[in-house]
Amino acid sequence: MIELTNVTKRFNIGKNNQFTAVDQISLKIAPARVTVLKGPSGSGKTTLLALIGCMSRPTSGRIILKGVATAFFGLADPAAGFEVSSLPERFTTEIRRTTFGFIFQQFHLIKGISALENIMLPAYPCGEPQAIIRTRAQELLKQFDLTRQAHAMVEWLSGGEQQRVAIARALINNPLAIIADEPTAHLDSRLSQEFMERVADLKERGKTVLIASHDPLVFEAPCIDTVVEMRDGRVIGQSESP
Amino acid sequence: MRHILSRHRNILDFALSSLLRRKARNAALFLVYTLVIAVVASLIFFVHALKREAALVLDAAPDMVVQRMLAGRHDLIPLQYAEKIRNIRGVSAVVPRRWGYYYDPVFKANYTLLVADDQPVTPGTIVIGSGVARNQRIKQGDLMTLRSYQGVPLFLTVETILSPESELVSSDLVVMAAEDFQSMFQLPRGVATDLAVSVANPRELVTVANKIAAAFPDTRPILKSELLRTYDSLFDWRGGMIVVMLSVAVLAFIIFAWDKASGLSAEERKEIGILKSIGWETADVLLLKFWEGSAISLSAFLCGVILAYLHVFFASAALFAHALKGWAVLYPQFRLIPAINLYQLAVLFTLTVLPYTAATIVPAWLAASVDPDAAMRS
Repeated sequence: MIELTNVTKRFNIGKNNQFTAVDQISLKIAPARVTVLKGPSGSGKTTLLALIGCMSRPTSGRIILKGVATAFFGLADPAAGFEVSSLPERFTTEIRRTTFGFIFQQFHLIKGISALENIMLPAYPCGEPQAIIRTRAQELLKQFDLTRQAHAMVEWLSGGEQQRVAIARALINNPLAIIADEPTAHLDSRLSQEFMERVADLKERGKTVLIASHDPLVFEAPCIDTVVEMRDGRVIGQSESP
Repeated sequence: MRHILSRHRNILDFALSSLLRRKARNAALFLVYTLVIAVVASLIFFVHALKREAALVLDAAPDMVVQRMLAGRHDLIPLQYAEKIRNIRGVSAVVPRRWGYYYDPVFKANYTLLVADDQPVTPGTIVIGSGVARNQRIKQGDLMTLRSYQGVPLFLTVETILSPESELVSSDLVVMAAEDFQSMFQLPRGVATDLAVSVANPRELVTVANKIAAAFPDTRPILKSELLRTYDSLFDWRGGMIVVMLSVAVLAFIIFAWDKASGLSAEERKEIGILKSIGWETADVLLLKFWEGSAISLSAFLCGVILAYLHVFFASAALFAHALKGWAVLYPQFRLIPAINLYQLAVLFTLTVLPYTAATIVPAWLAASVDPDAAMRS
């Protein structure tokens, strides 16, 4: 589904503090599987996730998305894929919206609005009527056992409930892939395991999941298919589960 | 099209819910904004309505008034002048007018005494303006005493009190018979205060005025348009004075609004980052901020204009009537006829709503143009 060829990302180019966060990485991420980017802090996991999720552009190299149908490449064959690394913001935003759902380390929910509204937010700019978005969000709330908390402000929710709201928000646009950055960093072991059970469920439903983590509870979980080990911006190893 | 409308509606809904989340800040901003708009719009409505009122009243005024000047001051004009002016080509009528001022030391007020030749008053009776009636606390049928220039008291019965609709110009008026006027002031025979000249063709007014000025170098012809212009300037000047007085308040509001609108809090910056990272484009964020700014400024503008309308046309501009209306003890009391200058309202809209909306968008644009992965790292 996602193919990276010699992808490099440098920051502060030409300045004294220039550094390379991702260095010549080539990688293939298979669809409907769970891939974990494993490595210590500063190994380039989050930068690589941001590049794959069309949040930033690589300094060099190519990122190709396959099997994704978009409005602007509507006539092209989705299976042939297209390069996303050089597209303008308008196109990358649309890909981000329709192809990826994001779960952040600190969930990044918007305070002062309800769980329901938080879940609906990514769909607002798509131009779908609000009633349809609301129905979909309510289904997700039901699915994640959050119906009772639908109208509660997110800051009133427990850590586990906030995590489920964040996952539901990532799924509102029915994306092909879920990208999660250190999703268990602020969770205890029980909630971390619960999160991995949700990941297994997403995989069952055909979603591609990409997680950056250095938590053993994540990369040793039974649902993981591929573990990519990173250090200093490079891939130093890759293992597939049997 | 439906897609675009839905997008706007969704983002507008979120903008309104965002405004509600920061209730205290936005309520304070809305109140001050509304108040400033209400004061400035009141001023615009009031000055415009006064000018319109003056124009309506002056509509019945003569095309031209000829006054005689003596040592640069207004003097009585001989009636022979009227005969000669009547003979100038283009002049359709010349009416000598007799009027003067009277200071009542008891009630400490100045009245304008006038002889109305077109609607003569029975000798011994008078027609008075509402201001005079209020000042003297008299009504129809009561006796009013004036002290003549010979020191003899003159007893006059109030026949009619003029309708309050014309109060702007008739508040201090006392209309009397020519005989009573003569007893009052003892004017020399064969003179009038000034001459009201009518000209059949309005295009010839200036030519006629020039002819009068040339034939009678000791006179000064005053055109109706000049009177109108003087009223306009007078009310503009008074309005201007109020604006100068208010400018400190307006400036304080601008600084306050700019600070509130342009300064994004850390929380707002974080929110923009989150929105970008979950799939919002920079344009979506700007649309959100546009709706937030527009909701505040449009509603404040609308409320301010409605308040101003009520203040001026229902409460008779109680806040600054004294600064704008009167020049004597006899402040005219009247309800203005609603008259709105759309051009001036549009200028007020442009000078308040547009800068405020821009002030909300620019910092949001700066915050939203960062890469969305910034949220991921924060």
